[in-house]
Amino acid sequence: MAQPFVKKDDDHDDEMEYSPFMGIEKGAVLQEARVFNDAQVDPRRCSQVITKLLYLLNQGESFTKVEATEVFFSVTKLFQSKDTGLRRMVYLIIKELSPSSDEVIIVTSSLMKDMNSKIDMYRANAIRVLCRIIDGTLLTQIERYLKQAIVDKNPVVSSAALVSGLHLLRTNPEIVKRWSNEVQEGVQSRSALVQFHALALLHQIRQNDRLAVSKLVGSLTRGSVRSPLAQCLLIRYTSQVIRDMSNHGQSGERPFYEFLESCLRHKAEMVILEAARAITELDGVTSRELTPAITVLQLFLSSPKPVLRFAAVRTLNKVSMTHPMAVTNCNIDMESLISDQNRSIATLAITTLLKTGNESSVERLMKQITNFMSDIADEFKIVVVDAIRSLCVKFPLKYRSLMTFLSNILREEGGFEYKRAIVDSIVTIIRDIPDAKEGGLLHLCEFIEDCEFTYLSTQILHFLGIEGPKTSDPSKYIRYIYNRVHLENATVRAAAVSTLAKFGFMVESLKPRITVLLKRCIYDSDDEVRDRATLFLSVLGGDGTLDADKDSKEFLFGSLEAPLGNMETSLKNYDPSEEAFDINSVPKEVKSQPLAEKKAQGKKPTGLGAPPAAPASGFEGYERLLSSIPEFAAFGKLFKSSSPVELTEAETEYAVNVVKHIFDNHVVFQYNCTNTIPEQLLERVNVIVDASEAEEFSEVASKALNSLPYDSPGQAFVAFEKPAGVPAVGKFSNTLTFVVKEVDPSTGEAEDDGVEDEYQLEDLEVVSADYMVKVSVSNFRNAWESMNEEDEHVDEYGLGQRESLGEAIKAVIDLLGMQPCEGTETVPSNARSHTCLLSGVYIGNVKVLVRAQFGMDSSKEIAMKLAVRAEDVSVAEAIHEIVANG
Amino acid sequence: MELPPKVKNILLLDSEGKRIAAKYYSGDWPTNTAKEAFEKAVFSKTQKTNARTEVEVTALENNIIVYKFVQDLHFFVTGGEEENELILASVLQGLFDAVNLLLRGNADKREALDNLDLIFLCFDEIIDGGIVLETDANVIAEKAGINSIDPNAPLSEQTISQALATAREHLTRSLMK
Repeated sequence: MAQPFVKKDDDHDDEMEYSPFMGIEKGAVLQEARVFNDAQVDPRRCSQVITKLLYLLNQGESFTKVEATEVFFSVTKLFQSKDTGLRRMVYLIIKELSPSSDEVIIVTSSLMKDMNSKIDMYRANAIRVLCRIIDGTLLTQIERYLKQAIVDKNPVVSSAALVSGLHLLRTNPEIVKRWSNEVQEGVQSRSALVQFHALALLHQIRQNDRLAVSKLVGSLTRGSVRSPLAQCLLIRYTSQVIRDMSNHGQSGERPFYEFLESCLRHKAEMVILEAARAITELDGVTSRELTPAITVLQLFLSSPKPVLRFAAVRTLNKVSMTHPMAVTNCNIDMESLISDQNRSIATLAITTLLKTGNESSVERLMKQITNFMSDIADEFKIVVVDAIRSLCVKFPLKYRSLMTFLSNILREEGGFEYKRAIVDSIVTIIRDIPDAKEGGLLHLCEFIEDCEFTYLSTQILHFLGIEGPKTSDPSKYIRYIYNRVHLENATVRAAAVSTLAKFGFMVESLKPRITVLLKRCIYDSDDEVRDRATLFLSVLGGDGTLDADKDSKEFLFGSLEAPLGNMETSLKNYDPSEEAFDINSVPKEVKSQPLAEKKAQGKKPTGLGAPPAAPASGFEGYERLLSSIPEFAAFGKLFKSSSPVELTEAETEYAVNVVKHIFDNHVVFQYNCTNTIPEQLLERVNVIVDASEAEEFSEVASKALNSLPYDSPGQAFVAFEKPAGVPAVGKFSNTLTFVVKEVDPSTGEAEDDGVEDEYQLEDLEVVSADYMVKVSVSNFRNAWESMNEEDEHVDEYGLGQRESLGEAIKAVIDLLGMQPCEGTETVPSNARSHTCLLSGVYIGNVKVLVRAQFGMDSSKEIAMKLAVRAEDVSVAEAIHEIVANG
Repeated sequence: MELPPKVKNILLLDSEGKRIAAKYYSGDWPTNTAKEAFEKAVFSKTQKTNARTEVEVTALENNIIVYKFVQDLHFFVTGGEEENELILASVLQGLFDAVNLLLRGNADKREALDNLDLIFLCFDEIIDGGIVLETDANVIAEKAGINSIDPNAPLSEQTISQALATAREHLTRSLMK
């Protein structure tokens, strides 16, 4: 019993962990590798040395070219040995060493011999090794053996050949494509894995032939696939076929849906999951199609296996983004997952619930989350905070409990990213819900009293300077701000000084006190703080004439006219010289507008980073852009800008989208153009608009784009005059005209001569909804009752047969372009009636509120009773007209 | 588009997060430093969880990671965020059971290091270049276990624990058939 090594282990056990690789060194192991060259090969010893070499490589050690070559050459000698275990290790190390093509030749003959060996294990492994290290010319030599291997009796050999085929297809597609007969045979194999590998390879070979793939799927879905893995693959291929078919305009009953649904009853869980996921990801999936998939996922939610719960909640979370109502049935199961041991599952459950929950469950949910927040990691917390922010925007009435929650977690420990997410959320809520402003600002004030992050402190101070003076009692913020001047680092002190000055300037009654405070800052130890204090003192002490006031206001609150990006480029290009830098030379046109636009939409509640007064992201940017163009400067105040509408299909030569800007008397179309051809430069890019189907509009101005280089978006504009204050509608057809110049891609220089050309764009419509701005109200009932009841305009409409109530409601919201209030745009499933509250501002700055009641009868016929209150009766009538015509 | 299920890596770490064996099949982590950073992140994220009875799962940097622990061995299998987690779990379970079979039921770090060649072979038999090759633990163990200690060696040459393990293994094998 008492074997020596056991004893030795006892000695070492306490002080150091035992490892057979302790103190291992590359040099020594390479030295050891010489045993490979011995005349009498000792298989056991050689195996050990190979293991050591593999260990080194695995730990991230690398061999030099010379070392690798030397090891490779000596390893090849080991093919003499008949020991199967050693042979297996030899295969492994050859793959790891990935020899160069001139070295490969040395082993090819040995490997080819093994490929035809009687031992199955040799055949399978030799194929995998050889295919890993081989190049095209050698491949043609062994091709026939590989074809043979695919139909080998032994499934391991045939799988090895098929998987190797999958890898080779990337480098030598034309050779592998010749194997399709053999691969086809593999698909019929009785071995589960051979079938899986064969199916993968067959599909890969035919992937560019849409018809062949569709045929393959068609024949296999009739049920000859045995292995769950192969079945999963088939489901993926089927969804791809479905997607292709719908892309090519085939309508009617969705093909293959039945197959996907039948997979939900498969005995393997992985197949059920794959099918459920495929169904939820179908383009334009209907709730009827979704239901069976949601049902199986709901069952998974209460599985004892964490992986199943995770998979289900992850899928449902995705569904809840697009079809929140479909997921509400799972809410009870989901709530029990909040306390799941696995935090990833719990977080996904919470964020899903926050998306699907209704107004009444918010408080209960917040309570559960509070218990759980303390023991999850920051990255999970950020997800939760983001979800809460969107919840608050959805249910403005609940801001109180949500704000309390946010301020509580703001006080707790946490890293920068987490704190920033919370601050951003509070800022968004303050901006969107006026009632939440005062409380929210005080929470922020308390936070900067004890904030370790300079960046957040300065951002909050800046925000306070803008919002604070507009509150009912601005003086209560002064203490918090002035405390910063005493207690913080120079950066924060300087920001605090600027904020104080803004209060002093905006609130006349505070001016004397602010002046006193600022005077104390003149003796600060930091020069930036001193400079700012001195500057603001002189601004505040100004003589109060109108001009001076305007200047200082512009100075304190105005923003840079040019985008920061352009400013940066201009400053970089500026050569220090006699001539001073001229800020007016910075281009004001916003480059890459569509890109920035997309980003802004991606994370809509932009928090501190966005211009604070903008009701919608991008609006202020558009306003500034339009007013900087002389032709449009006289149009007055911009009323609304639509979101970009694509006028070209994706991946065409020129990508164009349009933004409709509505003014009182005018409409301006902003065409954002992108040239996607590197070999072309477009000049004099103009859009010719035919307004023959828009009688009330007449073209007054257009602004062409001088030059449109590759991949750098630019804008062209066309302006129309229309009757004042009237929501004129019409259809416009557009043609892009331009001069094409060839560009030499190597030098980037364009040729001198260009060719005139034109490009047909899709039609564009101005609709009634373009004249409506979405504006939310925090308390709909109050707003509704404050409007004159006599001006109410009620009518009833039949909306015809619809798939669901939700669909009808969405259609009405889209038609009117109004803001749904209090989360009433979502309909509980199975509901037969629903009331939706909408609010907005109509052109001419007329406030409009709509209360729409929907009802559905047994044949899915939907009726709507529409009550409209507006500050102007004619507008209420106009709304009804829109609905009647839509 | 890549349609067949893909495994991005297989990791076997010890109870301090140190690498015992790892195999990467995707270019997401080009350098050893990147690999080590990923392993550290995975380890610290899963360290406090109890993944001893069931396969657990988490998401990290747009990847799905399934994991299971035994003694001081931590097994991980990583796939892309679009991947079917149950396929990854079946790969992990195959690896986990195969290693257990090969180490005769005493799977721990020491045993794993002593039989590192078997672990490497095991990895090689489960995944080939990211594609699932085999998930049946018995088949994997059989293919990788060619040069393991000869199970038919006389009992007198084995320690008691080895003998017990052999007996247990024989039993499980006959039960699994």
